[in-house]
Amino acid sequence: MRAEAEKVRPVTALLATRNVYGDVLVDLGERYESNVVLNADLSGSTKTEAFHKKFPLRFFNMGIAEADMIGTAAGLATVGKIPFASTFAIFAVGKPWEQIRQSVANPNLNVKIVATHAGITVGEDGASHQCVEDIGLMRMLPNMTVIVPADGIETEKALRALVLQCGPAYVRLSRMDFPVLFDAGYEFAVGRGTVMKAGDDVTIFATGYMVYQALKAAGQLEGERIAARVINISTIKPIDQELIVQAAGETGAVVTAEEHSVIGGLGSAVAEVLSEHRPTPMRRIGVQDRPGTSGRPAELLEHCRLNPSHIISAVKDVLRQK
Amino acid sequence: MISSEECAALKDKARQIRIDILGMLNRAGSGHTGGSLSAADILTALYCSKMKHNPSNPRWEDRDRFVLSKGHGAPVLYATLAQCGYFDREELKSLRKLGGMLQGHPDMNSTPGVEVSTGSLGQGLSIANGMALGLKLDRKTARVYVLLGDGEVQEGQIWEAAMSAAHYKIDNLCALLDHNGLQIDGPVREIMNIEPIADKWRAFGWHVLEADGHSIESLLDALDTAEKIKGKPSIIICATVKGKGVSFFENRLKYHGISPSDDELERALKEL
Repeated sequence: MRAEAEKVRPVTALLATRNVYGDVLVDLGERYESNVVLNADLSGSTKTEAFHKKFPLRFFNMGIAEADMIGTAAGLATVGKIPFASTFAIFAVGKPWEQIRQSVANPNLNVKIVATHAGITVGEDGASHQCVEDIGLMRMLPNMTVIVPADGIETEKALRALVLQCGPAYVRLSRMDFPVLFDAGYEFAVGRGTVMKAGDDVTIFATGYMVYQALKAAGQLEGERIAARVINISTIKPIDQELIVQAAGETGAVVTAEEHSVIGGLGSAVAEVLSEHRPTPMRRIGVQDRPGTSGRPAELLEHCRLNPSHIISAVKDVLRQK
Repeated sequence: MISSEECAALKDKARQIRIDILGMLNRAGSGHTGGSLSAADILTALYCSKMKHNPSNPRWEDRDRFVLSKGHGAPVLYATLAQCGYFDREELKSLRKLGGMLQGHPDMNSTPGVEVSTGSLGQGLSIANGMALGLKLDRKTARVYVLLGDGEVQEGQIWEAAMSAAHYKIDNLCALLDHNGLQIDGPVREIMNIEPIADKWRAFGWHVLEADGHSIESLLDALDTAEKIKGKPSIIICATVKGKGVSFFENRLKYHGISPSDDELERALKEL
């Protein structure tokens, strides 16, 4: 096992994507006078507090009122501001989904919704706080760009790219630390997937924290002479259709991995592409169709079958169908 | 105070707007008659007198903004914009038609002069707050006006936004409540009572004014007063009559969401 593990890209640092968000916001605030930030009483947890301290007049805490936060952000966008609105994922997109649809997505307003605490790795807070529906909810909205960074570096690059792109966007961040996968020279582009590891037997498309899990799985599979290609799909919408179709064609089997419901997220998005353009045997790793439960993040990853061992099982299963 | 000649001219504009509302709704075959007619004088007072705006440059940075939070009143907004010259009155014929610029509910990307897309109730006040806050950040003197329906204020988001406007002392904002007393299922007080509505806004930290929503003079008086209030947002509770201007539409629940037939249009135009 030890030898196989070494084949995974060495992880030398951990970085919480939400911490990166807090730092990047301050820098963007210095660069762009029109940058404003809104929060719904979670500025400490979403790390937007630093922006508040630096630019008090451009920071609006809306209290525990997410619908109002989204509407206010929309109004600020109509007069040329670039609002970043943040709270926990379930409250950022679940509560005000219809406000996002009506006031932001349909009119194509330049509002960036950056949610933290997505997925099951919120942990102990349990079902009420574990958001595994947000990718699906946001992906359905017209004009909406949906990004799930795989690490802190990609978080920073994505935020810098989004501020230059006019239009609504949703960025999904997490509570816990992510291993750093990219080096500082990584070039992020909205809509472009990244091959993280080469391989021709099967493709694992992963997003967010699951990119790291997929790399670990792929490392272990090497020991079993299964060459898995690992592709980071950080932009869920617009999705990198070309890369997905090409990888499916070259490897002939596909597994998707996400810290999100198996309904509506990355797995669904990849299935939509492949079913129309390159039908390919496929398995989806994700949270099954049931509410969450309390536990430590590591325990929950095992409980929800999101660990490398589960990805490996899915790979072996899909290879039998190839 | 405006002169009696100016007032007469404004009343004539309101009359023309009502005629256009009925014509466009009749042609469209569907749409909201009652709540469009109840707001005709309010929009006339705003667009034809109070607001600084430029129909030949709809995106003029320093313009006052208007948000029709009760988006189903789209016909009154369209008729008013046409009256001001944002687009040709001929366009009114395209209301609710495929490919037309006048969507069933306001769409900021389809119609010149429409500031915000609305139609799903309860959202316009938050948006107006955001606009007003942004204008303040830019040190603009422009003001933001937002029209709410009385049924609409049953939405929780309205009260979230009411809190925010007072909290952030948004005094470049003036809300107007089209208090016509009827919503689609019946009288507001029977469906979900909102009274005492003035006390509620006062308790939320707003400066509350009351006006006769069908008197241009009364509306302009209140709008002028609101502009002088500093440190808090203002709301004008406008006493209105649903279907105002056509006797057989007035206070008739049925005409909340249906358009006039050919026969009704003919009779209505005689009254106007």
